[in-house]
Amino acid sequence: MTEMILRDAVAKALREALDTDDRTFLMGEDIGAYGGPYAVTRGFLEDYGEDRIRDTPIAEAVFVGAGAGAAMIGMRPIVEVMTINFSLVAIDQIVNHAAKLSYMSDGQLSVPLIIRTVTGGGGQLAATHSQSFENWYASVPGLRVVVPATPQDALGLFRTCRKDNNPIIFAEHSLLYRVRGEVPDEYYEIPLGKARIARPGDDVTIVSYSGMVRVAEEAAEKLDELGISAEVIDLRTLSPLDLDTVVESVKKTNRAVVVEETWKTGGFSGTIASNIQEVAFDELDGPVLRINGPDVPAPYARNIEQAMIPSADWIVESVTYNFGL
Amino acid sequence: MAEQTGNHENGAFERAVRTAAESGTDKPMVSNTKSNKQAPVVDEKPTDSPDLLSMYRRMVLCRALDERIWMLNRQGKAAIMASSQGHEAGQIGSVEALKKGYDQFYIYYRDLAVLLELGLTPTEIIKGFVAKEGEPLSGARQFPTHGAHPEYGIINLSNVVATHIPQGVGAALSAKMKGEDRVVIIYFGDGASSAGDCHEAMNFAAIHKLPVIFFCENNKYAISVPLKNQMAVDSVASRAEGYGMPGIEVDGCDITAVYEATFEAAQRARSGQGPSLIEAQVERYLPHTSDDDDSIYRPPEEIEEAKKRDPLQMLKDLLYSSDTLDEEQEDLINKDARQIVNEATEEAENAPYPATNDFYKHVVGDNPA
Repeated sequence: MTEMILRDAVAKALREALDTDDRTFLMGEDIGAYGGPYAVTRGFLEDYGEDRIRDTPIAEAVFVGAGAGAAMIGMRPIVEVMTINFSLVAIDQIVNHAAKLSYMSDGQLSVPLIIRTVTGGGGQLAATHSQSFENWYASVPGLRVVVPATPQDALGLFRTCRKDNNPIIFAEHSLLYRVRGEVPDEYYEIPLGKARIARPGDDVTIVSYSGMVRVAEEAAEKLDELGISAEVIDLRTLSPLDLDTVVESVKKTNRAVVVEETWKTGGFSGTIASNIQEVAFDELDGPVLRINGPDVPAPYARNIEQAMIPSADWIVESVTYNFGL
Repeated sequence: MAEQTGNHENGAFERAVRTAAESGTDKPMVSNTKSNKQAPVVDEKPTDSPDLLSMYRRMVLCRALDERIWMLNRQGKAAIMASSQGHEAGQIGSVEALKKGYDQFYIYYRDLAVLLELGLTPTEIIKGFVAKEGEPLSGARQFPTHGAHPEYGIINLSNVVATHIPQGVGAALSAKMKGEDRVVIIYFGDGASSAGDCHEAMNFAAIHKLPVIFFCENNKYAISVPLKNQMAVDSVASRAEGYGMPGIEVDGCDITAVYEATFEAAQRARSGQGPSLIEAQVERYLPHTSDDDDSIYRPPEEIEEAKKRDPLQMLKDLLYSSDTLDEEQEDLINKDARQIVNEATEEAENAPYPATNDFYKHVVGDNPA
């Protein structure tokens, strides 16, 4: 095991891709000399050259669209959209095209394109730079949506993504880049569509992903102090989705909370909650709770922003109040 | 300023006519047999001078097929159709200048002649319109004429205007990185030239000197919006200078002029000199699609005027004037085209509909290039 931060785990994954597959190249804004807006590709330009580390104009539609075009005919590009907020400028290329090209060509084409992007708020970047759209993308047939919460998962999931033949939204939460974790030294992969039990427990299941996993774990610690044993599930990927692990846990705990950073209306927590009640209604001792940010654009003011992002205390309060625990 | 070519002063035009007259060879009409999905033989180099009589035959067939599909729509058998009538010379002339089965063709919804030129059969094309089993581009999942035919280098996946332009640029980037001398030609209309994707793609291709031909089929209407409400400049080609690539205006109804302009642009692309923008001035004789009524926004006199430069008639006049075509041959060509289209219609109409028990087929990709 080696301890590393998530940023370095992603960088390691990217270097592996570049080292082992000459069809792979990176495209994105400021990934070259600057080393990436979040410093993930620092040193890459020197090591791999301009041909494979391509700085692009501020033009998401073309570098995502060109990535899809190159992927269709045999390359394995990895494009970096600076943040998921800006993916909206290229959303037509992602949703109308990359996601559907296999279907629309009757399976004659595949788009092995990884779209790396940064998601989440909490950094006082306000309304247009703090959003999480993984849930939107997860609703689109043909897209994979990968949302790692730990360095080990970031590396292991990325390795699997490289072998997949579909367009993938690989969303890295901005506040997780400096999170430390143990990463195995031997080669490993983590399959897409297999959730992780981040912490085992018996009384309540807390389902989360990406930046909210840490918050859920912190809540579990606090619940533990109150004598409540919480099981924390990290979904790891929203598409494909591992419902089995969630349902198995709920069968054991009989209570479920879904925690998600983004807006409640249309949130992915709704999909999880409805699936739980649909297949495990008789197992439940209460309603499936959804803890989401309120339906408000992210504010700049730190105190307001922090009040809007689900916290450990918020989860604890909700669990104890609603379940009478 | 845009470079003006397409005049007949450089001799290539006369040479082409002469060659066609002297050779007396007729390339076989587009075969209507089923595509065997084999990659066509790569032309080592396109001919210096196109065989105009053969191109005339193909243009007649395309027109007849186009008219038939429009009729199938009016009969309620084909849900939607975007006619290529008036665009044929631009399409046939440009394909002729490229390497079939090697170069890549990112086309759009009005490119019926390109599909025929690259090897799709009339039966396969009609199957797309009537949504029948065995339609080769998308299995009848996507709009008619849309989907892909990798062996023929045909990519026509979307009909969200202009969105295929960045993808074509990506294909060119791939070709360049692999060290291939493959050219990617991207067809689009004047309407698409206003979209942001078009601008981003042209800028990107020029920065990286990618082997792209941006081929604008300017028929002067974006659905109902005339050119004057689409742009403040006189020509799409004039924008090329702003990207750092040549812009060429060409009479898109003049098949030889289109051939020459495309051939030059392809040579430039193949030799690493980067992209070009060709603006082919074509005409649109029918409404935008079969769902549109152009009488609301287009005066009939304007269409009558446009028909004076019907590419089919222009080529026919040329062939008559050089004694390459006579009435007897013309009748025969028309008769052949009708017969091919009749047979194709019958075959397509008699084909079964696609199965409905495989909704999820190919939603997840499993066939990387």
